[in-house]
Amino acid sequence: MVYNESEMLAIQVKILIAGGFGVGKTTFVGSTSEIEPLNTEELITAASMGIDNLSRTVDKSTTTVAFDFGRLTIPQHNIVLYLFGTPGQERFWFMWDELSAGALGAIVLADTRRLQESFAAIDFFENRGIRFLVAVNVFDDAFPYEPDEVRAALELDSQVPIVLCDARDRRSAMSVLRTLIQYLLAAASAYSA
Amino acid sequence: MAGDDEVWLDDEAGPLIRPYTVNSGRTRPTVEMDLLSLVVTTGKPSPDVDPEHVKVIGLCQTPLSVVEVAAHLRLPVMVTKVLLSDLVDCGAIVIWASSTSSSHVTDRVLLEKLLDGLQRI
Repeated sequence: MVYNESEMLAIQVKILIAGGFGVGKTTFVGSTSEIEPLNTEELITAASMGIDNLSRTVDKSTTTVAFDFGRLTIPQHNIVLYLFGTPGQERFWFMWDELSAGALGAIVLADTRRLQESFAAIDFFENRGIRFLVAVNVFDDAFPYEPDEVRAALELDSQVPIVLCDARDRRSAMSVLRTLIQYLLAAASAYSA
Repeated sequence: MAGDDEVWLDDEAGPLIRPYTVNSGRTRPTVEMDLLSLVVTTGKPSPDVDPEHVKVIGLCQTPLSVVEVAAHLRLPVMVTKVLLSDLVDCGAIVIWASSTSSSHVTDRVLLEKLLDGLQRI
């Protein structure tokens, strides 16, 4: 079968779902994806990092980072949205340029009991110029902080949206995605104005 | 006759990881592609019967992204890319560059379409 490239090819975009270990990234991807989330891995070579001695190799260490991803098709507009849950080992996936290259934006999931675990991802996106919002995944036994308290604790710019969500709930997770796109749209409008 | 304690696989043999066996030890693809590049089978028969190659050809009857191919093969992304390069070289598949790019970040039309689509879900 011959495909006409221009007719067949959907526009493919990606959004990253980041945050500390156990904060609900995989759950979020699962709630929003139209397919059963897939899992794969990449081999990251960290030259002379001096952090971990993973092997007897002196000059470089290679590690495997596993990540989950899902997919959402927007058939009306021929767009396919990929949701990449970033691997848990931050210091390694931060070195994996391909994962973040070309990302439309990012969602940093936060757990108010362990807010400090969000800092690394926030710094990373700020440094890369990737727009993001913070979604507080509300755990039942966590103290219900107000978004402004979270903003102060994370030292976030006033325009970065902070939303509360339940990553297990599809409607809630989809709402976070829409908020991110609205934010990106507002930022793009300001950029082109 | 070798004794039971004779070590014939030592450190010099390197790690015995199957993915590298799949790729005959190569670690870099010869064809440029990224996670979202689309892979599609051409219909031209592959000259070999490597089980991974056969699986890719079956998977990519309709276009499938590189990262999804990797997930289905249960192989690391880089290993999958090397394998896909071989299949491009023998004409069994073609790879279409993904249409994603950083310019999309400020593409209002795209973002509006995406938002509209998400609101319908």
